[in-house]
Amino acid sequence: MIGDARTNVHAVHPLSAARVGMVGLIVAEAALFAVFVVAYLYDLGKSVSGPSPSEVLSVPVLGTVCLLSSSVTVALAVRALARGAVGRSSAWLLATVLLAAVFLAGTAAEWLRLITRDGLTIGTNLFGTTFYALVGLHASHVIVGLVMLALLSVLAWSRALRPAHVERVELVSWYWHFVDGIWIVVLTVVYVIGR
Amino acid sequence: MSVVAPPITVPDVAVPRGGLLAALHEWVVTVDHKRLGIMYVVSGLVFLLIAGLEASVIRWQLAAAGNTIVSPQVFNRLFTVHGTTMVFLVGIPIVFGFANYLVPLMIGARDLAFPRLNAFGFWVFLFGGLLLYFSFLGGDGLYGAGSAPDVGWFAYAPLTGRAFSPGNSTDYWNLSILVMGFGTVATSINLIATTLTMRCRGMSLGRMPLYVWMMLVVAGMAVMGLPPLSAAQIMLLLDRFLGAHFFDTQAGGSAVMWQHFFWFFGHPEVYILMVPGFAMVSEIIPVFSRKVIFGYPMVVAASLAIGFLAMTVWAHHMFAIGMGAPLNSAFAASTMLIAIPTGIKIFNWVATMYGGRIRFATPMLFACAFLFQFLCAGLTGIILSVVPFNWQLTDSYFVVAHFHFVLVGSLIFTIFGAIYYWFPKATGRLLSERLGRWHFWLFVIGFNLTFLPMHWVGMLGMPRRIYTYPADRGWDLWNLIASIGVPFQAAAILIFLINVVVSLRQGERAGRDPWDAWTLEWATASPPPAYNFESAPVVASRRPLWDLKHPDDPDGPHE
Repeated sequence: MIGDARTNVHAVHPLSAARVGMVGLIVAEAALFAVFVVAYLYDLGKSVSGPSPSEVLSVPVLGTVCLLSSSVTVALAVRALARGAVGRSSAWLLATVLLAAVFLAGTAAEWLRLITRDGLTIGTNLFGTTFYALVGLHASHVIVGLVMLALLSVLAWSRALRPAHVERVELVSWYWHFVDGIWIVVLTVVYVIGR
Repeated sequence: MSVVAPPITVPDVAVPRGGLLAALHEWVVTVDHKRLGIMYVVSGLVFLLIAGLEASVIRWQLAAAGNTIVSPQVFNRLFTVHGTTMVFLVGIPIVFGFANYLVPLMIGARDLAFPRLNAFGFWVFLFGGLLLYFSFLGGDGLYGAGSAPDVGWFAYAPLTGRAFSPGNSTDYWNLSILVMGFGTVATSINLIATTLTMRCRGMSLGRMPLYVWMMLVVAGMAVMGLPPLSAAQIMLLLDRFLGAHFFDTQAGGSAVMWQHFFWFFGHPEVYILMVPGFAMVSEIIPVFSRKVIFGYPMVVAASLAIGFLAMTVWAHHMFAIGMGAPLNSAFAASTMLIAIPTGIKIFNWVATMYGGRIRFATPMLFACAFLFQFLCAGLTGIILSVVPFNWQLTDSYFVVAHFHFVLVGSLIFTIFGAIYYWFPKATGRLLSERLGRWHFWLFVIGFNLTFLPMHWVGMLGMPRRIYTYPADRGWDLWNLIASIGVPFQAAAILIFLINVVVSLRQGERAGRDPWDAWTLEWATASPPPAYNFESAPVVASRRPLWDLKHPDDPDGPHE
């Protein structure tokens, strides 16, 4: 029963622990978002005072385009690193960071307008409550992803990131794809169904 | 068969040098799954004592009609903190502590997949617990002397709104449970990653010990069940601190929504706590019946079924709020459905015992009491799933009796059985059987004295969470009997503590395998070295130690 110590246990399993861990995190995050989405849909139209979504919201086209294309750029960064092109990978990571920053700037501008021009805050009405909570939860995830991607691009730029690290970068990219996927849900719920 | 492993130099971790401070330092900085597991269980037991004291005061107050031991407000704090402590500071850390300790050993691994994340989970839990208890000193913040949360362990809206719960005591409840939730999710992800990717050679999923299977299901439930609670708690934070309106009915929000979100966590939570109990007895009963578990695939399938169904029964806590017949029927049906896989397991355990050479050592005594008491808990559960009956008995002592039969009569009993079973592995010494018997019988008597009469008094109409009652309702005798059970349980716990202290110093040496058991944790030294196994184990069946002891009749061909 007690066998040879020198065989590599991990070689037996196709999955790495890190991949399973990231999938677990994504499932947990999805459950978290699901509750906020359900609350948003349930509370639609239940505000007892204005402003209403149709009066103040407009579809953030530029931000959406930037965020969704950033999924492509991060995938290209992973592929470049896997092929040993660290410099190219660094460039794609930087592009991802910039696209994410444009998205966040769009959100910031939107919130500024909502607060100052339309007088909508989290305490104004139920719409404000659910809107800032759901969009804010997503934006906070974008910020976390942005910090991770920025770190990676600095590491790549300083040549500390090597092709051996490709799995770690890939796992950050999984998280990033998840954040993008959630945005499609948020966009549909808040700006399409909810308006 | 055995190949001599190359010599490994390991720093001497068993004997800390440099006195108490160095030893403490070692425990604080450790990322070893065994030490973290022990710290989880010990902290859980400390909180069990505290929550038990709170419950004792509750029973003292209710022992006679019109008692004034504590004020109504203090009574509210006592049952709130008692319930919160039992679920989040006793149940969760003990079951995850056992998993921490046992899962890597049972699958022949060196540690969990992410040891530092594991340490994070433990410390987040401990500081979350301290945060909850700090509320006794600082709960009202600047408003005055301390208080504690008094909104009940499920903290229904709108009672938790600023208007009805001023001060900060509710925020202590909210924040401490929120951070502990993050820790539990982290540990669950860790367990899943470990189980799926670090099993030793030969250990296919179909050969995993049932304990590991069930903890995998539990971890899956926790990953999907806890984030909804965190989400609802974030909403409550926004409501209380930023003036949001999620649960503010005057602004169009919904108080019922809190109930849905809470119980969407809260019912899987019951199974997150109870399935580990099933897991423990699924290891204990076969070993002490000297038989292989009956129907291993069915037990695994039933566990998975419980895992799925547990996510679909939450609103049976809410029959009284007027959800309407279609929803009521659906949740009643799913609740009755979950009794089927649970019943299958009971039959499997009983069938394992049937025809076995049963040895009634203390772990087996606790497992047997569990079978009876869990059956009772399951039957009252089915009774409560019948909607009209539920309307009659909801929020009565019948419900209190039901869930204490689950969480004490079943979970705490299995935990004690597990402590007697695995204590020798963790410490190298056996607990005293003589004291163990005293512990067991006093606890059985005390538990049933306290919680059995609550069924009757509930059916006589006594609501839960009342701080006192008038003398003419016919509730006096049952309440007195329930309170008389408390000293029995307290004596049992005292004997248990004495047993632990005495056995740590003078207990019989356990050796590797004191129970003649079959799973991998018994293949290494007691206590196991930091690296667990001298060489990576290879298994060929569900009972690797049986194969080792009976090379002429290995298990493999029979599976």
